[in-house]
Amino acid sequence: MIADLLTSTEEDELSASLRGLLAARCPSTRVLAMYDGDSSLAGELWPALGIDMGLAGLLVPEQHGGAGASARDAAIVLEELGRSLAPVPFLTSSVMAVAALQAAQAADSLRQIAGGSLTCALAVPLGTCVTTFAPTATLDDDGLVHGRIGRVAGTEGSGLLLVPASDPSGGLVLALVDTAAAACEPLASLDMSRPLADLRFAGSPAIVVTQGDSAADAIRAALLLGAALLASEQVGIAQWCLDTTVGYLLERRQFGRLIGSYQAVKHRAADLFIEVETARAVARYAAAAWADGSEDRFVASAVAQAYCSDVAVHAAQECVQLHGGIGFTWEHPAHLYLKRAKADQVALGTPGDHRAILAGLIDLSM
Amino acid sequence: MRDPDDITKRLIEMLSRFLLEHDPALTDRVTFLRARFAAGLAEVHYPLGDGGLGLPRGYQTIVEGAFEQAGAPNNAPELNVIGLGMAAPTIIAYGTPEQRARFLPGLWTGEDIWCQLFSEPGAGSDLAGLSTRAVPEGDEWVVTGQKVWTSVAHVARWGILLARTDPDVPKHQGLSFFICDMTAPGVEVRPLRQLTGDSEFNEVFFTQARIPDSDRLGDVGSGWDVARATLMNERMAIGGNVPPRESGMVGAVARTWREHPERHRPDLHERLLRLWVDAEAARIASARLQQKLAAGQPGPEGSAGKLVFARLAQELSSLEVELLGDEGLLYDQWSPSGNDAFDFTGRGAAFRYLRARGNSIEGGTSEVLRNVVAERVLRLPPEDRPDTTVAWKDLPK
Ligand SMILES: Cc1cc2nc3c(=O)[nH]c(=O)nc-3n(C[C@H](O)[C@H](O)[C@H](O)COP(=O)(O)OP(=O)(O)OC[C@H]3O[C@@H](n4cnc5c(N)ncnc54)[C@H](O)[C@@H]3O)c2cc1C
Repeated sequence: MIADLLTSTEEDELSASLRGLLAARCPSTRVLAMYDGDSSLAGELWPALGIDMGLAGLLVPEQHGGAGASARDAAIVLEELGRSLAPVPFLTSSVMAVAALQAAQAADSLRQIAGGSLTCALAVPLGTCVTTFAPTATLDDDGLVHGRIGRVAGTEGSGLLLVPASDPSGGLVLALVDTAAAACEPLASLDMSRPLADLRFAGSPAIVVTQGDSAADAIRAALLLGAALLASEQVGIAQWCLDTTVGYLLERRQFGRLIGSYQAVKHRAADLFIEVETARAVARYAAAAWADGSEDRFVASAVAQAYCSDVAVHAAQECVQLHGGIGFTWEHPAHLYLKRAKADQVALGTPGDHRAILAGLIDLSM
Repeated sequence: MRDPDDITKRLIEMLSRFLLEHDPALTDRVTFLRARFAAGLAEVHYPLGDGGLGLPRGYQTIVEGAFEQAGAPNNAPELNVIGLGMAAPTIIAYGTPEQRARFLPGLWTGEDIWCQLFSEPGAGSDLAGLSTRAVPEGDEWVVTGQKVWTSVAHVARWGILLARTDPDVPKHQGLSFFICDMTAPGVEVRPLRQLTGDSEFNEVFFTQARIPDSDRLGDVGSGWDVARATLMNERMAIGGNVPPRESGMVGAVARTWREHPERHRPDLHERLLRLWVDAEAARIASARLQQKLAAGQPGPEGSAGKLVFARLAQELSSLEVELLGDEGLLYDQWSPSGNDAFDFTGRGAAFRYLRARGNSIEGGTSEVLRNVVAERVLRLPPEDRPDTTVAWKDLPK
């Protein structure tokens, strides 16, 4: 039987309150300012969301000071964060780092994250998925980390980095490094609402939280849950694009008619609606599969990424196109969604990566 | 018909003589370019006396080849895309001999940059609905209104302007076409930033700007016919040239593929090869279209080439970002680059991805171009429109 894919009253309340808060506190003009170097929005939003609303520790078990909520709730949150492009480290810290730390049973760090005193980033390149993960940092005999990890998300304003590294015997370790002990070089990238940084470690002190197979499992847990839930962010992006586009089609006139009255345009909107609704079902299913610990969660994650990534990009591209010249401007927010959607398509594996992962899971490999 | 071999021979003779008389190494750039124009070696398909020889476009490659080989300076066409691609063919087709002599040399040499003052906030796809007014006063026109998305207006010396001269007739009949001095009082240019971070285009405000009647192109009230010729040429300029195999966007992606064996995946490979074939097919199709056109004016068929060009540019650049993974997300700078050349394939993959989104909007959106192909090439009936028979002033605004 397929899990319940509808939302409960409590879940609806969560999204409504988040949507209200983000509408007020995260206007697109502030997101736009991040492209011109003003990232003050990130620092203002996170205390409200992470601490006041308790999102920092949403997935942290209650015994470690969190809310002990499920992946379903995280999916609701991510859909709203996608809709508003809120530049907060929820996916990177509260979902991915928490998943890894929980697998590694790092109770202290979980407690710190749940309390909101710091955020943590898993130090892997943004595009990493389970099949492409390869550690590039090393841990020496004195417990110091060396090396470079490029294009990592969620490091800005974080307190901790969760660094996969090779130990002197070539084994995998997962080590916590104080962000201040690494050189973080911020990068100009396509999506400035989720800034990336190059990390350099030149003998940074580290605490090993787990090693060997258990480290690999912790990283897998983070990458897989991240992929499953990123799909909900993509649904939020796509929904904003659809709503905004339909709004414009009902308002803009050319040749004496609403542009939404042209069949060529109308059909495109209809197709997009069907895609977005399907994406929502697929993303909810992936979240439910993780919440329920279902055996199907790996297939569900791969399907969610292979499907929802392209839907978000398509929706954003249609949004730009159907706005005509206005959609191509800096002032109109459509491009912010286009940029996030395109970056998300690459994040945690491209649709092609996830189709390849899926092929292995469903016995359809080449 | 003249014998093609004979034409080629005579053209090569002309070129050698010209190069003997104007040694590129000893002649200053502008002098050289002006002389080239005067000799009819600017664009061979321009008329005799207007920088050309009235030959089919195909012969131009011989000319360009000879000048390139001689190390001669060129007219930096990438800085004057609108001038060369749109204004020049319109002036050739509709200009008086005086207008052609006055505007074409400076346009072709690149001394004067040109812009296209067509689109308005209320009139993009529906260009003929525009409301910028030109009112006659003595032997001048007084222009008031606003244009938008005007590429390179901030560096342009001249603009081609479509304005309403008669609001009392249906919209297509009340337009006239002007050449606008961008330095004239009452013409104000304000930059607009676009999603790449750059400011290629602008808003242009007209407050009682004066244009002499001698700078009108075509008859009063026939502006729509003139503008249509401009637009056909624009679409040819964007999608109609015949690039070398694997150049432009497909060249960029192919290079990235070869440079990144570690990122090779079967699905990306399949998509790349499909697009490579599409790009090659489009290239050959535009060569055929150019042969069909020879020296004539482009028709609505050019719209098909522009449509395909936009789709390919978008799919290829999108693929390239996926091919590069997170490395493909790097962006050089968000602050305006200050580059005034049209640059579709420069900078990084992420820039190319963003810039290509404009290709299906600028010069007529892909939706509108499909209508053009369906209605003007295939002669399918248009959709019902309430706006073509009523006087413009009575249309709901
Ligand atoms: C980068 C760039 C550079 C430009 N440079 C110039 C320039 O130099 N000079 C200039 O004059 N203009 C320029 N333009 C403007 C361009 O020509 C217009 O943006 C374009 O014609 C669309 O008009 P619009 O923006 O008003 O969109 P609209 O016409 O409002 O269109 C909105 C959407 O509706 C669709 N649509 C409209 N009518 C129909 C229909 N009948 N059937 C189906 N779909 C329809 C469109 O395809 C589009 O998707 C530029 C635009 C861009 C993006």
